This record gives sequence, structure tokens and C-alpha cells, in this order.
Amino acid sequence: MDLNELQQRALKELEACADELALHAWNGRYLGKTGEVTLALKRIGELPAADRPAYGQKVNQVKQTLLAAAEQQERKIREAELARSLTAEALDVTLPGRPVQRGRLHVATQIMRRIIAIFADLGFQVYRSREVEDDLTNFELLNMPPHHPARDMWDTFHTTTPGVLLRTHTSPGQIHVMRELCPEPIRVILPGMCYRYEQITTRSEIMFQQVEGLAIGTDITMTDLKGTIQAFAQRLFGENRTVRIRSSYFPFTEPSIEVDMDCIVCGGQGCSLCKGTGWLEIMGAGMVHPVVLRNGGYDPARFSGFAFGMGPQRITMLLYGLKDIRQFWANDLRFLEQF
Amino acid sequence: MKVPLRWLREYVEINVPVAKLIERLTLAGLEVAGVRLVGVPAPEGLLVRDDSPRPVWDRDKVLIAEVLEVKKHPDADRLLLVTVNYGKQPHQMVTGATNLKVGDKGQKVVVALSGSVLLDGYADPPVLKQLKPTRIRGILSDAMVCSARELGISDEHEGIIILEDDAPVGMPLADFMGDILLDIDVLPNMARCLSLIGVSREVAALTDSTLKAPPYRSFALSAEPFAEVAIEDARLCPRYSATLIRSVTVGASPGWMQRRLMLAGMRPINNVVDITNYVMLEWGQPLHAFDHDLLVQRARRAPPAILVRPARIGERLVTLDGQTRALTPEHLVIADGQGPIALAGVMGGADTEVTSATRNVLLEAAAFDFVSIRRTARTFDLHSEASLRFSRGVHPELVSPAALRAADLFAQLAGGKVIGTVESYPAPPPPQVVTLPLSEVRRSLGIDLPADEVNRILRALEFTVTETQPGVLQVVVPPHRLDIQHGVADLVEELARVHGYDRLPATLLREQLPRQRTNRPLVLEERVRDILVTCGLQEVMNYALTTVEREAPLVGPNVEYVRLANPVTVERSVMRRSVLASVLESAASNLRHVNGLRLFEIGFVYLPRPGQKLPDEPRRLALVMTGPRYAEFWDSTAKPAMLDFFDLKGIVEALLAELHVPAAEYRLAKASWLHPGRSAEVRIGDDLIGCFGHLHPGLNEHFGLGRREVLVAEFDLELLLAKVPERHAIEPIPEFPPIRQDIAVVLDESVPAAQVEAEIRAGGGELLRHVRLFDVYRGPNLPEGKKSLAFALTFQALDRTLTDKEAAKVQQKIVGRLERLLGAKLRA
Repeated sequence: MDLNELQQRALKELEACADELALHAWNGRYLGKTGEVTLALKRIGELPAADRPAYGQKVNQVKQTLLAAAEQQERKIREAELARSLTAEALDVTLPGRPVQRGRLHVATQIMRRIIAIFADLGFQVYRSREVEDDLTNFELLNMPPHHPARDMWDTFHTTTPGVLLRTHTSPGQIHVMRELCPEPIRVILPGMCYRYEQITTRSEIMFQQVEGLAIGTDITMTDLKGTIQAFAQRLFGENRTVRIRSSYFPFTEPSIEVDMDCIVCGGQGCSLCKGTGWLEIMGAGMVHPVVLRNGGYDPARFSGFAFGMGPQRITMLLYGLKDIRQFWANDLRFLEQF
Repeated sequence: MKVPLRWLREYVEINVPVAKLIERLTLAGLEVAGVRLVGVPAPEGLLVRDDSPRPVWDRDKVLIAEVLEVKKHPDADRLLLVTVNYGKQPHQMVTGATNLKVGDKGQKVVVALSGSVLLDGYADPPVLKQLKPTRIRGILSDAMVCSARELGISDEHEGIIILEDDAPVGMPLADFMGDILLDIDVLPNMARCLSLIGVSREVAALTDSTLKAPPYRSFALSAEPFAEVAIEDARLCPRYSATLIRSVTVGASPGWMQRRLMLAGMRPINNVVDITNYVMLEWGQPLHAFDHDLLVQRARRAPPAILVRPARIGERLVTLDGQTRALTPEHLVIADGQGPIALAGVMGGADTEVTSATRNVLLEAAAFDFVSIRRTARTFDLHSEASLRFSRGVHPELVSPAALRAADLFAQLAGGKVIGTVESYPAPPPPQVVTLPLSEVRRSLGIDLPADEVNRILRALEFTVTETQPGVLQVVVPPHRLDIQHGVADLVEELARVHGYDRLPATLLREQLPRQRTNRPLVLEERVRDILVTCGLQEVMNYALTTVEREAPLVGPNVEYVRLANPVTVERSVMRRSVLASVLESAASNLRHVNGLRLFEIGFVYLPRPGQKLPDEPRRLALVMTGPRYAEFWDSTAKPAMLDFFDLKGIVEALLAELHVPAAEYRLAKASWLHPGRSAEVRIGDDLIGCFGHLHPGLNEHFGLGRREVLVAEFDLELLLAKVPERHAIEPIPEFPPIRQDIAVVLDESVPAAQVEAEIRAGGGELLRHVRLFDVYRGPNLPEGKKSLAFALTFQALDRTLTDKEAAKVQQKIVGRLERLLGAKLRA
């Protein structure tokens, strides 16, 4: 029998095998127990001894060729089958995904954490104090005796207990922290809720957060205050922000300043956010008033310090271009879920 | 404080562009909050945001003119033909002005020629409109005589503007009265700048210019005994002066004065009132004019004896606004022998008011205690330009210049004759001297200011400066300032703001970092937030202010509250005692537009403490969940099940596990606001940490929640966080394979699952690694009153591969224990 013819026929048929079933049949036909190649090998005994080695070698060659070809064909068939099934399994990837139950922090917490983190990098630690305060700590010890004109700056909620009020700012925390830590140097921020007797409008709330900063030591100056605030503004609002300082008045700082930042929308050209001024007011600040230092236990002749205060809600409104401060405590999920 | 630049220029030469001036003022603490342009274009570089359109008066087309003739319009009853002269040939136009009539001649008016742009007098809101020649009832009119409204000066449009007689014909109106009005926010400690002179002084210091105070005369005093003045308490009134001006003709004040008053926000009344207001705006010293004749009448033809004193109980005064004011000794009054004639510093009395019939004016100039004036103004809610200034403090030294300046104006503008001044000045304040070591400037500002610069700034602000020793200045405070109360720090502020904060460098703290502390309460609180967010909850933050009624079902009756004395609304009148009530409020408002939610809040509650002024402010955690367990999805076959008790318990367990607190015990809760059978209290050790479960269905209506099942939880966060260990042990990952076995036991309904699990654990000992309840079965195969609990048990040794035999032995021990102690039977 012509082994060459056998090999060629087998290879040709192999090529025609399109699936594993056909391959299996082919295998049986040529390489199985009764397959042609197997039979051809068995026939070796019928040959004269001298022809056997050459014949055996030839049959084996045919077998090896067919085995290798079969393996290759099998791989091809598998690949083709995989490709087919991949096509068949294709999804409409534009269908929506299965919803996940997502939790989220209130936007006020998110912003507060950002602010706290920035000041933490600058070495300021968080100190919190009470919200229901006495007049003494909220006003008097902060250099505002009764009937001081500056008290007009804070419309106050009084309680039915005389001399007890809702703190109008986080500044009473300055007194608490000074009295606790004196005579150690201080570098803290005082975040927390404050209250003002106001009509609730898109621009004013009866309750809002403040973050106050306080640094006290023997070598703390106005230029440090400027640098600290600038570092903060650049971290929160972007590295290219510039701040501007103008003189202001707070009873518990002297000198007192107001800090403006170039408008994040127009960059100083004037727009509706900055009311055409090119500047956005971001915080009030100043050097701690000698009277306040003394009330906290520090000798103003030796110690100096700075303090600043900002409103996270206002900052959030600037960051996101919000127009209505009432949204913060309305807790409408359609608002909260966007942060 | 509204400052017209045209007026300001009278006292100080402005040598910088207006935009620069505004910037300097703003940075120095005189924030220019608004700029209004009056007929002039915006100066270069100035960002002006003005919500209403302002016309620019064209210098060639808007001119001062004289009325030559007024005739009737031949075809319209209400229209006139007016011919004016504005320096060229006479020009006729049609007008509907109601303050012109046929035959009028000589009035000075403003004419706008064709092409000029003015406000449309009829459009609302106002718009700019270019004037074009039109035919009005057959007569061509290519110009108009203007009203104040058309010129953008005020809303007055009843008639046209009539200028003073000496207004120069032909002059561009912009040159005559074009102006820029600065609206300056005056800080509480800069009350001295509630005056043109005060602002001018700042401008001079900030721009290296010179202050030119307005001239005034002193008068040769007559010996006429026209009044006596006395002060009862010099602390309430350090100085009181009364100046008599006779033969005053009450009438309109000159146009320039009226214009200035109007720009500054005051309404012109008559020359007497206008002069007092004008001098107040100029010097910052409020003045008051009495009708001297009325005072004499009250004193029965004797010279009035004026006394500044607290009101007596029961006294009354009818003030200028016609209101009768009941007075108490809290209120300082000006009185004569008959009783009060004015509320000191706040408002005059009607009985002694200047009228058109007044001939002789007694002019009051005085200084009062600002606290007293504030209190009076506040009790009567009378906030005037005068009380504004007095309640921030007016220096007694301003009395003289202001009185003399006003008297001079009375002589010039009202034909008055100044008779003289009587005054009481019991305690002139001693000169205030501050020792300023220049080293203090560096200590506070962080820069060295040269002595020259320090000198220049302080002198420009009228401080007197002498260098007593090298580097130490002796500074005398000028007699118009009440704000230098703390010496050095106040002066440093003056130096900083005039030198310019923009010139300070920015540095970072050199000071050594203070001792750093861990803020464990905050760290743990934030950890709780993170855990709950991971569990899929949305954080909310609510008002701490609420009502007793709203949270009554949660906190019970008869509890003490921190109550507001002055709430803005009854809805926000007490400080909350329940955070859960707040979260339920958020839930209710959101459930109007969503069908499910999972909310939590961490916040303070405010608990009054017996015998203590200030309340305790512990933190609470509240959770509210309702709605479907999963959001609906396009391939869902069935509607998702609703959240139930065990969803909430799963979150509670996750929270406690993540906090690594010791094992908690759950029992049926006793709280009245929870479903009695579907709620649990959580105990750790002996402490009740909180409770959770179904909100009592009887409360759904109270909280506006409809008929849905609502899951709630409230925890005492202080108690919970106190249980959190500093550290917790970490177990190694087991190296040897576990053996898993399931057992099912049948027992009485009354045996709680937790008890079964506890006994399994007790029986299983160290080799029992995990116990998980995986099935609870009740049904026909079981006897009545019995249930089957199936547990998956995992046995594992840390040091060897456990054999099946060992595991079986432990399991036997467990089953034996359950049978013995709980009457359980192993289920086949």
C-alpha cells in the first residue's frame, strides 16, 4: 500500500474536519485501534525481515506527521469554537449595570474632612468645644463686654437661662483650648456648629459650621498668618490662587484682617460670583488680641498668636457654585447624592 | 457711609486714579462695597457692578439751560412748549413737566439734546434710551428738559429738575454735578469715618495727600443769658453745648447742599435741619436744633435751664415722629424745667421742634455714652443717622468744631446771627499717650518698619509722635479717636493697614510644632461614619433646633429642654434631645419623592443638667431605613423584598464588629417608640448602648411616614465608643484544613437562637472555630411549639490537621450539651 497516498489522503480529510466530532471520527479512521495507520503498522509482520526497518520507520513517520497535524487541527477547531461562542455570548453592553447600594458622607462632612486634612498637614490639630455657651466665653472673654458695639456683629440666640446662649462663632473654643493648654504653645483648629438669630434665606442660615484656627507661641507673626492662609487656599482651591489681605475689625484680634482670594470663576476679571470685584471673601483673621491672650492665661508681652475663621458652607458654595445655603440642612437626597 | 467724591475732594486732593483709591481704601479697612456713577463714565480700571443702568451725561448734549418762555402746546392740553437758552440760539421743545407753567421764565433746567442717552422715564425696570427728534402732536421736538429720573439721579419724576438760580448756563451737567458715589462699609472701630472729614483723613494718609479741614469762624460771644446747661452724670454725657442763632429765616437750603445730602442718603427738609445734617455728615458729630422761643415759652419767658439726665419713672415724651415714648431711668434725656424735650442722641421732641415759623434756633452739640444711646435706640427701635454715630462713640472734642461750623453755615445760608454758646464739659478726657517700642511692630507683624515710615503713618493720621529713646516712640492719640484702647496693638494695626497688608511677605510658622495629641473621640466618630457609609447608608445633618412636640414620642413627657428665648420660628425653638427625631424628619421629607432610603446622622443632643447652667452635649447616632432591599433592575424577576429587622440588625452587627467592641447582647427592647415584638436593645457588659427595630406603627403618622414599615435605631455614641478597645488581637491565618459539619436541632420556640449558639460555643471549646446559623424551620414535620435550628460548624486546630474522629467527638459533646441544657433533639 502506498503510505504516501495514505498520508496525503489522511491530511486532506483532516483539513476537512470542522468540529471535534469529525476530528474524533478521523482519529478513529486512521489512528484508532482499527485505523489505517495502526493496521499498516501491524502489517509489518507480513513483510520480509529486510524490509521491515524501512517500512516501520516510514509508517511511524506517517503516524507522527498525522498526530502533529491532528493536534494542530484540534487547536484550530477549539479556537474556532471559542470564537463562535464568544460571538454568541455577546451582551448589549449599553444596558445599565446592576445598582449598588451606595452610602455617602454628607457634603458638610466631606468638606470638613478636606479642611481638617489640610490643616493637619500644617500641624493644626482638631479641638472641639460646646455649642451651648455662656455669655462670658462667647463674648466677654473675647473682649466684648456687655453692650459692646461689636456684639451687633453677631445676632444671638439666647436661651431662657440668663447668660446662656447658642455660640455665635467657634471663637469661645479659643478660650477653652487656651485655658486647657496654657502655657504650652498651641496650634489647633476648632471646627463646629454655630448659630445666629437670622431669617433663613438663600444666603443666611440660623445654623452653620465654622472652622477656626488658633496658633499661639513666642514667635508667631502676621506674615505667618498670611503664609498659613495662602497655603490653605492653594491646597483647597488650586495652586495658582492668590490671596489678598485687607484690614478689618474683630474684637478678639488686633490687628484684624479679612482675607480675599482671587475669584475662582473669573480669576479677578469680575463676574457674578465675585459681584464684579474679582475677589471672594474667604475668611476673617488677625493677631490674637492681648486681652484674649490674657484671658486664656498667656502673657501678651511674651506670647503672640494668630486666629482665623472660615465658613465651610460658604466655601462649599464657592467650590460648587451653589446659590442656596438652605440646601445643607434640608437633606434632600437629590442634593446630597451629587457629592 | 455714602461718600460723593465731588464732596470729598473739597477736603483732600485725590492724587491717584479712582480705581486705585478704592483699592487702597478697601485694603485699609474702609471697604468700598458699592460704587454709583452719577452721569459720568466708569473711571479706568474700576470694576463697577451696578444693577440698574446709569446714563452718562454727554458733555456736548446734556447742558444747563435757562427757561426763556413757556407756552401752551396748541394741540394738547397737558403739554407745554418751552424755549430755553443753553448758550447758543434759543431752542424750543415739547414738555409734559408738571412743575412748569405758561409764563414761567428764568428757571435753570437741564436740557438734553438729540442724540444724548438717558433713562426712559416710563420704562419699568428702567432702560437706557437715545433721544431722537420726534413730532409730538404735530410739533417737532428734538430736545427735552429732564427729570431727575431721566438723568439717573433719583426716582423722582413728578417734574423736571430745577437747578439753583446761579447755575451757569451752557455748562455741561457732568461738569456741574457729575459724581462718583462710594458706598463704604464702616467697621465698628472706625466710627470716626462716618464723616467726610474722617474719610478724607484716611485718604490723605493712604495716598500721601493733605487733609484740608473746612474753614469756620469763631464768634464774638454776647453776654446774653439765653440758656443754662447742666449735666447730671458726666459718665453718661461728658459734654453738652448749646449755641443760639437768632433771626434765622427757615426755607429751602441751597441746591448744592440738597444734592450732597441726597447723594449721602438723606432727605433735604429745610435749611435748619439740612445744616445740622450736613455738618453731621461732614464732621461725624450729630447736632440737634431746638426752637429757642418754644423753650423760652416753656420756661415762662425765662432763659431755659437745660439738664441732661436719666428720665424719671413715668415720664413721657412725644418724639419728632409723633410717637409717645414711655421713658424709664435707662433712657438719657435732654430736659428743661417742664420735663424731657429730647431723647438724648436719638431723636428730638415734637414740642420744641423747628418749624417754618421758627426764628431763633438753639443748636445742641453734645457727646453721650455710647452704651446708653445704643440701649435707648434699641428699646425704641429708633435707628437714625444720629443714633448710629452716637451708639458707636463720638469724641467730645468734636463738639466745638461742629457747633462752630454749623453756626457759621446758619449765618451764611439762613441769615442767622450767632449769639453765643453755653456749655458744660465737666470732665474733658485726658490726652491718651501710648509708648510704642518699634520691636513690638516686628513681634506682631513679622516685618521691620523703619522709624521714618512709622512716623509718617502716625503723623498722617494726626497722632503726635516723639522718639523718647532710640527705638521707642511716645505717641499721643488725636482728639477724634476713641478706638485706641489697648495701646500698642491698636497702633500696630494702624501701621499695618496704612503701610499696606499687600506689602507683607507670606511666611510659614517657624515656631516649633506643639505637642501632638490623638483626638480619639473624633477619630472614632469618623470611623463610625466610614463604617456606615460602607454599609450603604447616606449621612444627613439636621438642625439642632426643633420643637418639644416633634420629638415627644421619642424622649417622653416632662423632660427639660434648652429653650430659646428668641426663636426665629416656633419650628426651631428648643435644642434637640433626639437625633432620631431629626433623621425621621429627613426621611419623611425625602419619602415624598423616593420609595426607599437608608440614612444616618451623628450629632449632639443637649441635655440640661440639674444645678448646672450649661447642658451636657453627648453625641448620638441614629439610623432610619425603609423601602426595598435592592433597587429594581431590568432583569429582576420579582419585586425585591422590603428591608426588615434583620437588614438593620446586620448593619448594627457590622458596625459593632468593625469597631471591635466586646460581644453585644440583644434582647427585646422595652422602648415605647419601638414595635414591642420586633425591636432589640443592645447591651455591652452592663451598659445599654442603644436600641433598634421597627418604629412603633402607631408613630408613623406623627412623623409623617405613611403606612410603610420603618426601621430605626438610636445609639448612645459616647457609651458605644467607650467600649472600643485601643487595640484588638489579630489571629493568624490557619495552616491546617478545617472540617465542616452541619447539625440541626429541634427545640422549644421559646429558646432564643443566641442561647443555642452560646451553648454550642461552650460545648465546642477551642476546636470549634465558627458557628453559623443557616436555617430556621417551623412546619408540619415538627411538633407544635417546636422549631428546628440548623448550624454550620467549622472545626479546626491551629497546630495540626484535625481528624474526623476528633471533630465527631466535639460535635457529640455539643449535642449532648444542647440536649441536656436546652432539651434539644438532634434532627435526623
